[in-house]
Amino acid sequence: MAEPQHHVTPVSTYVYVFLALLVCTVLTYFAAKADFGLLNNFIAMAIAITKALLVLYFFMELRHSTRMTVLTAAAGFFWLFLMIGLFLMDYGTRMAVVLPVPGK
Amino acid sequence: MNSTPLVDGHAHGDGHRHPAHQFETMEQQKETSTLGMWLFLVTEIMFFGGLFTAYVIYRHMYPDAFAAASSTLDVKWGGINTAVLICSSLTMALAIRSAQVNWRKGILIFLSLTMLLGLTFLGIKAIEYRAKFVERHVPGDVLNEPFHFELENHHEAAVAQAQDPLYPRHAEIFFALYFIMTGVHATHMIIGILILAVLWHFSRKGKFDSEYYNPLEMTGLYWHFVDIVWIFLFPLLYLLGAHTH
Repeated sequence: MAEPQHHVTPVSTYVYVFLALLVCTVLTYFAAKADFGLLNNFIAMAIAITKALLVLYFFMELRHSTRMTVLTAAAGFFWLFLMIGLFLMDYGTRMAVVLPVPGK
Repeated sequence: MNSTPLVDGHAHGDGHRHPAHQFETMEQQKETSTLGMWLFLVTEIMFFGGLFTAYVIYRHMYPDAFAAASSTLDVKWGGINTAVLICSSLTMALAIRSAQVNWRKGILIFLSLTMLLGLTFLGIKAIEYRAKFVERHVPGDVLNEPFHFELENHHEAAVAQAQDPLYPRHAEIFFALYFIMTGVHATHMIIGILILAVLWHFSRKGKFDSEYYNPLEMTGLYWHFVDIVWIFLFPLLYLLGAHTH
């Protein structure tokens, strides 16, 4: 038990992740400046999810965490995805439906 | 025994740290902290998730009013704040690394930098909030200044009016979500800075080293999580109307 049981990440790795996050931030700005129609949403979210994964994987050390911890984190995000997804399925499919009037 | 409620894993006569009595090893103690912290963060995902869901639905209902309202936010400040938070995540990670390599002065330096960057973020947020108060973009009737939203460009205003006669009311919904989401996020930042201050105090007393730094690592998880929330808030709140303005 004398030796500490952790992984020491090199400073350079953290700095590279930091730079990647900054580049992504600039990227998301210019992607939003261009008009891709509906695709704008998907591009913005794809970049944000990439950034979140970088933070989760490197800064929050999920790459060195136990499977139990990774599962717990994944379950949280999966549940969020389910909640937003199901809400959108409801609101996204609401439209005026003209029903035939009985007797006519 | 001079352990405190916050700091377990105190040194014994043999020069090594031992876990709190309910744990077999330091490793197990750390695993337990990490899993517990992640369970807390899952509740945080749900907490912010409810707000994000409300945002997604209202934006789906009133896309034009949301884009118009979003374009009145200052992308410059939002972008700078994103960089400030990313930078603070780097210094937080380096504070933990300093503990891992037994560089005690480094822990103090990087915790200080993290707190400073956190305060910078809040200062910039205050500048932005002030601008919104001056423009009367605060929902409701705060300080007898009723909410007011109007598109400056007359042509755009006419088009918006034709598409959505109630667009100023729907812009108000955007600003309600803006203030709630950034406000709750800023509250998390304030709590984070207070926790960092406590950790700075313990670090100065030499409580943390390569064998024991759980509180630093758990606070790091919290800090990075708050960073992730902002990573999503920035494009969702600031960049909606970017391609039309």
